[in-house]
Amino acid sequence: MIATMKRSTHLSWVLRRELFFRKLGFLTIPQLDPRRCSQVITKLLYLLNQGDSFTKVEATEVFFSVTKLFQSKDLGLRRMVYLIIKELSPSADEVIIVTSSLMKDMNSKTDMYRANAIRVLCRITDGTLLTQIERYLKQAIVDKNPVVASAALVSGIHLLQTNPEIVKRWSNEVQEAVQSRAALVQFHALALLQQIRQNDRLAVSKLVTSLTRGTVRSPLAQCLLIRYTSQVIRESNTQTGDRPFYDFLESCLRHKAEMVIFEAARAITELSGVTSRELTPAITVLQLFLSSSKPVLRFAAVRTLNKVAMTHPMAVTNCNIDMESLISDQNRSIATLAITTLLKTGNESSVDRLMKQITNFMSDIADEFKIVVVEAIRSLCLKFPLKYRSLMNFLSNILREEGGFEYKKAIVDSIVILIRDIPEAKESGLLHLCEFIEDCEFTYLSTQILHFLGIEGPKTTDPSKYIRYIYNRVHLENATVRAAAVSTLAKFGAMVDALKPRIFVLLRRCIFDSDDEVRDRATLYLNTLGGDGEVVETDKDVKIFLFGDLDIPLVNLETSLKNYEPSEESFDIDSVPKEVKSQPLVEKKAPGKKPAGLGAPPAGPPSTVDAYERLLSSIPEFSNFGKLFKSSSPVELTEAETEYAVNVVKHIFDRHVVFQYNCINTIPEQLLENVSVIVDASEAEDFAEVTSKPVRSLPYDTPGQTFVAFEKPDGITAVGKFSNTLRFIVKEVDPSTGEAEEDGVEDEYQLEDLEVVAADYMMKVGVSNFRNAWESMGEDFERVDEYGLGPRESLAEAVSAVINLLGMQPCEGNRGCRSQFKVTHVSTLWCIPRQCEGSCTVAVWN
Amino acid sequence: MELEALNDRFDLLVTKRSVEDSFPVVKNILLLDSEGKRVAVKYYSDDWPTNNAKLAFEKSLFAKTMKSNARTEAEITMFDSNIVLYKFVQDLHFYVTGGEDENELILAAVLQGFFDSISLLLRSNVDKREALENLDLIFLCLDEIVERGMILETDANVIAGKVAVNSMDPSAPLSEQTIGQALATAREHLTRTLFQ
Repeated sequence: MIATMKRSTHLSWVLRRELFFRKLGFLTIPQLDPRRCSQVITKLLYLLNQGDSFTKVEATEVFFSVTKLFQSKDLGLRRMVYLIIKELSPSADEVIIVTSSLMKDMNSKTDMYRANAIRVLCRITDGTLLTQIERYLKQAIVDKNPVVASAALVSGIHLLQTNPEIVKRWSNEVQEAVQSRAALVQFHALALLQQIRQNDRLAVSKLVTSLTRGTVRSPLAQCLLIRYTSQVIRESNTQTGDRPFYDFLESCLRHKAEMVIFEAARAITELSGVTSRELTPAITVLQLFLSSSKPVLRFAAVRTLNKVAMTHPMAVTNCNIDMESLISDQNRSIATLAITTLLKTGNESSVDRLMKQITNFMSDIADEFKIVVVEAIRSLCLKFPLKYRSLMNFLSNILREEGGFEYKKAIVDSIVILIRDIPEAKESGLLHLCEFIEDCEFTYLSTQILHFLGIEGPKTTDPSKYIRYIYNRVHLENATVRAAAVSTLAKFGAMVDALKPRIFVLLRRCIFDSDDEVRDRATLYLNTLGGDGEVVETDKDVKIFLFGDLDIPLVNLETSLKNYEPSEESFDIDSVPKEVKSQPLVEKKAPGKKPAGLGAPPAGPPSTVDAYERLLSSIPEFSNFGKLFKSSSPVELTEAETEYAVNVVKHIFDRHVVFQYNCINTIPEQLLENVSVIVDASEAEDFAEVTSKPVRSLPYDTPGQTFVAFEKPDGITAVGKFSNTLRFIVKEVDPSTGEAEEDGVEDEYQLEDLEVVAADYMMKVGVSNFRNAWESMGEDFERVDEYGLGPRESLAEAVSAVINLLGMQPCEGNRGCRSQFKVTHVSTLWCIPRQCEGSCTVAVWN
Repeated sequence: MELEALNDRFDLLVTKRSVEDSFPVVKNILLLDSEGKRVAVKYYSDDWPTNNAKLAFEKSLFAKTMKSNARTEAEITMFDSNIVLYKFVQDLHFYVTGGEDENELILAAVLQGFFDSISLLLRSNVDKREALENLDLIFLCLDEIVERGMILETDANVIAGKVAVNSMDPSAPLSEQTIGQALATAREHLTRTLFQ
């Protein structure tokens, strides 16, 4: 019957009419026919599943009809009723109608009723009802029927997001359920218990300790335990001796379930600072997976090894043979991962063989995979510059084949980077690019390559050989490319005097082009470069005028030009503001400006600083503070899971300090307005508040930033303590409509204190040769001072305390000092303090 | 737009809660036909907020996977920073999606549980026609495997058992309740004949 339902709007409409005007009536007749009722519900579910949505009226009508079906004792029908109630997600006043029926089912003798009623009720309930049924839920968690217990536990996991204070009261029952004999109950209980305690590191650590010694029954629960164990390892941070719990992870590698083995292997590879001795057993099991008959296992293993190869390429080399056989894997995801891993681990001698294999492979994979391979080849080439010839050939070959824009762009970018970083590759690379633009369908790529040729071409030994390719563009391409080609020709003319006469001939022909821009450019170049026949050396000023960098942000220029009204006064380019207001997020656009693939992977932290800098400079009040020196990492000013979560970032400028308070309102029923932080700086005498910037409105769960700026004397590393109070106007929000009430109440919320310390003025800078740097500084910058560190357990801990206190960068490998027996330890720390260049050597007396 | 991107960054800086790290999360389970049309689907994540976003995901996923041979063993692929496992039989395509950092083998267990329990429930006639005729069983089956992203059960026998108890199929295994019901009907029938 349902099989005949076709997904056409007309039929679906007919069906709905039928359902709403006849079948719903049918649902309510006194003698219920469970079978036909079930069919109607199935049809409704099918409609919802196909993406139809009921109008509010329809949904209410269905809901009321369905609630009447609680009269029926038929099990199958009841299950369908549960399902559709969950799908309809009734509103609060509708929920009340089914609550009593569901609560009756929750206390039923039938396990299936109990389990499902719990799931439905917890799905549709709100906080007030929850307190009424809490007692039953606690009972259900320890119910002897595993399905009932699981239903309650899983519901608890979801309720924790909305009503944490209630669910946290269930710890004892959940703890008991962790010991359950039923496999899945243990899994669900463990997940809930960890969620309840996630902010209590000690409790999680205790939980892990007890469970790693006990018995865990299901593989899923064992996987959870491995995850929590790695969290504990991550947070324990011990630097000396054996890693705690490593033995447990290692023992899991011998578990009988594959998912546990894999989870453990992955956890080991992700340990921070993992040693090769720790890695070996994990790599061995992953290697076994590589030759499995199941694609999922091969994929999981090769993906993990691929990640390991980024940090520990040597550890993976043992798997190279297995990896090579995966290049021909049916599953192209696996093949691509295998290739890129091999490209990371391969040595110089295996490059040629590998390239041969890849050539066959490239023709039958999708563009997205090809891009991955191209990027891997680029980093390989930078690693083995001597092999540039075969790698460059490979790139130019695939450049000639069919492919989309992104793929071609990846190849062109790679060639450009290789040309820049490997001088020997320049000539052949430029010729490859020239050949490519002869037959390139992408205007963007053509213009970029022409621009790049203009920069690099004149510097080669024989610039004249590129002219032909460039001039061909003037004949054959669209106006945009023609204009770019004219500029490139002019660059050759300006840079290479010998070519000048020939270039002028070519440029003169362009004066007759059909396009304005092309003609304008040609005329401009001819006039400025002196195209009236004489061969003169091009003036330096002219070169700068034509080809120099415009040191004005293009965005600013654009707005200024838009605002300019044609008048007697000509447009003055000096009037364009030079501050970067909002730097566009183009990082990978222009070839030739791209960061080298190999040297620049740690783009994480700088980009945050970038983001801060951009944010601050976009706020007019702070725009005259000068350059941002340093931003601290966020400091929490509230306990986890309080009503309002606030942390602060300290931004240090020359004469100012800006506190950026990141606030989150965690109460759905509230809307905060005019949120500001009142800072009492009575314990920070050197600071004077200049300005503050409140958040106008802070809705639920949307982060907002408020700022307070202080002035401080230049040249002093002013320190001090600030006490903070969050002040705001709170308005009630109706959760069902999301609309806020008109009137609000002013309120305050005490935050924790904040300190500005000496470390905030220190910038960590890596120094390769400490002694040279130190001696070049001179004695004027040297300060000797003594600090008491208090008792410390170990030397390593003392060193890390010093590093944290001073905010400086340890160098010459002093961070991980291992010896427990040395009495003194000379730690060399390096930094740029705010006011003067400086460094310090610290002797730590143990 | 610029500020939005920045705000996103700060979101990352500010909210440190990550649920994915704590327990495995299933983002969706899909059952499509041989043309990529929905038979039954269930989404547990907000990654696809509208029906159109869901349909677009299904369409491109189907296009990407339709040519692969996932009939004997489950296959796997990366798709839009998600991991998707899939298995085909007759004209039915089974998919399970999880996050980028999910343990692939856990997702594989979910797919296996889904696939096997459907096979059990449809008595090995696993094709689109049979599936549509027993759509109620398939909806119940999805309901028993995952609850809002959290894995409920992966053992196909247990899943099928839970669903079959409630099925209206007269040949389904008799449980306590159905015996009780059978007795009740019998008694009713008897009284009726006696009173005639």
